[in-house]
Amino acid sequence: MATHLILRKILDTGFVSEPPPAADPALRTREQDLQEEILKVFGQALTVRHVDAGSCNGCELEIHALQGAHYNIEGIGVKFAASPRHADVLLVTGPVSRNLEVALKRTYEATPEPKWVVAVGECGCNGGLFGESYASCGRVANVIPVDVEVPGCPPTPVALLQGILAAVSR
Amino acid sequence: MRIGDNEWPLEQRPGCTPVWRGRVPAERLPALAHDVRGCGGQLTALWGSDDRHLGGGFAIHVAFGIPQGTAWVSSDLGAEAPAYPDLSAVFPQADRMQRAAFDLLGIVASGAVDARRWLRHGAWPEDAWPLRRDFDAATRFEPTLDAYPFIQVEGDGVHEIPVGPIHAGTIEPGHFRFSVIGDRILKLEERLGYTHKGIEKRFEGMTAEEGARLAGRVSGDSHVAFAWACCMALESAAGSPPPARAQWLRALFLERERVANHLGDLGYLGNDVAFGIGFMQFWRLKEEWLRLNARLFGHRYLFDRVVPGGVACDLPAGAQAALTDQCDVVAMHVRQLKEIYDEHAGIQDRFVATGIVKPELAARLGLTGLAGRASGQAVDARVDAPCPPYDQVKVAIVTHDHGDVAARAEVRFGEVFESLRLIQELVRRMPAGPLLAELPTAAAGAEGLGRVEGWRGEVLVALRMGADGRLERVHAHDPSWQNWPVMEPGVLGNIVPDFPLINKSFNLSYSGQDL
Ligand code: SF4
Repeated sequence: MATHLILRKILDTGFVSEPPPAADPALRTREQDLQEEILKVFGQALTVRHVDAGSCNGCELEIHALQGAHYNIEGIGVKFAASPRHADVLLVTGPVSRNLEVALKRTYEATPEPKWVVAVGECGCNGGLFGESYASCGRVANVIPVDVEVPGCPPTPVALLQGILAAVSR
Repeated sequence: MRIGDNEWPLEQRPGCTPVWRGRVPAERLPALAHDVRGCGGQLTALWGSDDRHLGGGFAIHVAFGIPQGTAWVSSDLGAEAPAYPDLSAVFPQADRMQRAAFDLLGIVASGAVDARRWLRHGAWPEDAWPLRRDFDAATRFEPTLDAYPFIQVEGDGVHEIPVGPIHAGTIEPGHFRFSVIGDRILKLEERLGYTHKGIEKRFEGMTAEEGARLAGRVSGDSHVAFAWACCMALESAAGSPPPARAQWLRALFLERERVANHLGDLGYLGNDVAFGIGFMQFWRLKEEWLRLNARLFGHRYLFDRVVPGGVACDLPAGAQAALTDQCDVVAMHVRQLKEIYDEHAGIQDRFVATGIVKPELAARLGLTGLAGRASGQAVDARVDAPCPPYDQVKVAIVTHDHGDVAARAEVRFGEVFESLRLIQELVRRMPAGPLLAELPTAAAGAEGLGRVEGWRGEVLVALRMGADGRLERVHAHDPSWQNWPVMEPGVLGNIVPDFPLINKSFNLSYSGQDL
C-alpha cells in the first residue's frame, strides 16, 4: 500500500531541482596558491563539513535547506561529510564562542590540505549582533584562516552555494 | 492572589499576556513553589540579577506557569553571600537554571544536590561573574582547563560513548555521554553551554529596537516567537499596546514559523529512519513556504519583521490569495505524506514505542511545549492564556498520550493542519489599521514580561529598563531549558542508533539554552 502511494507521490512531484548559481568571486577574502589541476578535480567533487562554532541556529536552517531538492547540490558534485578528515571545505557558522574556540581550531587542524574555509553569515563575517566579548571571539577569521565570507542573516542557500563555489574556483 | 491554599502578594500587570507580579522573601519561595505545584502549575523560568546599584543586593526571579497565566516572583538576596533555597526539589527543571544563575552571578541555590557548573566551561575564571554590573563585558580571559565531572556508571560490561561537542551532522554543538551495555542505553548525561556567547550581557544598554533584534537571535529557528515575546515585554514596560493589525500580523508570522519548523522536522524524522523521500518531499514544501515569506514579507524566516510597537511590514497586494492558496496546497500534500508515513511499516516500526516519556514523568519533570503535548500535558499559551489575537481566533490544542517518537510526529502533523487553518482565518479576519504605535520611552526601572507559544514551546522574555529607554536586564528563556533534561530518562533502554531519531523528535535548541 505504502509503495503504491510513494510511487504516485514521486510521479506527481516530478523534478523540482533548479540550475546551480555561478560562483561569486566577490565573496573571496583570501587567495590560495593552488594548482589549476587541483581546482579542476575539486570543482567536480567537493566535500563540505559544516561546523557550528556558536551560531543562533538560523544559519543552520539555510544549510539544511541547501540539501533539499531545489538546490540539487549532489548533482553538481557537492556533498556534506560527517568528519573534517573527509572534508575539502569547512563551512563555519556563528560568532565563535569561547567555549568552542579550541574545538574549532582542532577541527581545522584535522582537515587535510588543501582546504578552504567559508565563514557563514553576519556572525561568521563580523561577529554579528553578538560581537566580541568575554564569551565570544567574534568573526571566524579571528580564530582560523578564512577564504570566503558569505554575509546575510542568514545567507540564502543560493548565497551559500555561491560562496562554496567561489572558494574552489578561479 | 490565591495560589493553592494560600494568599500570595501578587498583582496583575498591564500587558497583552496575563502576568501577576510580586516579591516574596527568599525563604518563602519553596512554599510558593509547592502551592504552584498543587494547583497544577509549573516552573517556567528562573534567573538572577545584580540590583546593587538600586540600593539592594542581588535578586532571584522565577516565572511560574499557573492556570491564570504567569506568576512572576522576585526575592531580594542581599549583597554579601547571596543565596536562596533550592527549588529543584519541587521542580526538577530548576536544576540547570539555578546552576546557570550561579555561573553568571554567583548567587547560590542552598541545598541543591547538583552544584556543578553549567554555562561556565573554561572561558572565564571560576570567581568571575559576567552578569554582575562591575564585570566588563570586553574582558578576555585565558581559557582554563575544562573538566566536567560526569556521573560514572560502573559494573560488568558497561562502557561509555562520548559524542560531541562537534557533531557529525548539521546540528548544533553539545556533548552527550552515553553509558551502555551492548547497544542499550543505561544512562545518558548531557552537557551543554558550548554556544554560550554572552547574550544576556550583550542586552545591557541596548535600545529597545536592538534588544528585539538580539532576542530574535537567541534561537534563530524561533525568531518570531522571541522577537514577539521581547516586544510584548517592552510594550508592557512602556504601557503601550501595539495596534490590533500588528498583533494579527505577528500571529500570522508566528504560525508561519511553526509550520516551517514542523515541515522541516517531519522531513528529518523520515530522513533519520532512512526514508529519504520523506525528507525531500517535506523540504520541498518548506522551501516553497520560505520563498513565499521572502516574496511577501522580504525575509525567508521573517527576521526583524516584529518590531517594538508593532510590525515592520504589511500584507502586500495579492497576499491574501497567495497565503490562502498555499495553505490549501500544503494541506493537501501533507495529508498525502501523512498517509504514507502512517502506512509505511518501516517508519512505524522505528517511531512507535521509541523514546517514551510517559505523561506522569512529563508532569513530574515539567516537560513543556510540543514535546509536553505529545506526553499528555495539555498546555499551550495560545489556549491557556491567549494574548490577542488568540482570544479571537481560537486554537484547537493538539495532544497525544503515548509520549514516543510517533506521538511527537503526530502532534506535529496535527499542529501543521491547525496552523494552516489559523493562517487562513487570520488573513480573512485581519482588522484594518496602523502597523505601528511608537513606543513612549519607558521609565527607568519599568518592567515587562512577554510569553509566546513558539513552535517548540513557550518562549518567555522578562526585562527591566534602565535610564534613557535603554535595557538594563533582559532574560530570554527558551523551552529547551525544561525539555533537555527530560530527554535523559527519555532515551533509557533504547538502543544507541535510535538516539538521533529521538533527539530529532524533540528537536531542542542548544543556542536557546546556552545563551
Ligand atoms: S548570521 Fe544571523 S542567522 Fe546566522 S548565526 Fe548570526 S544571527 Fe544567526
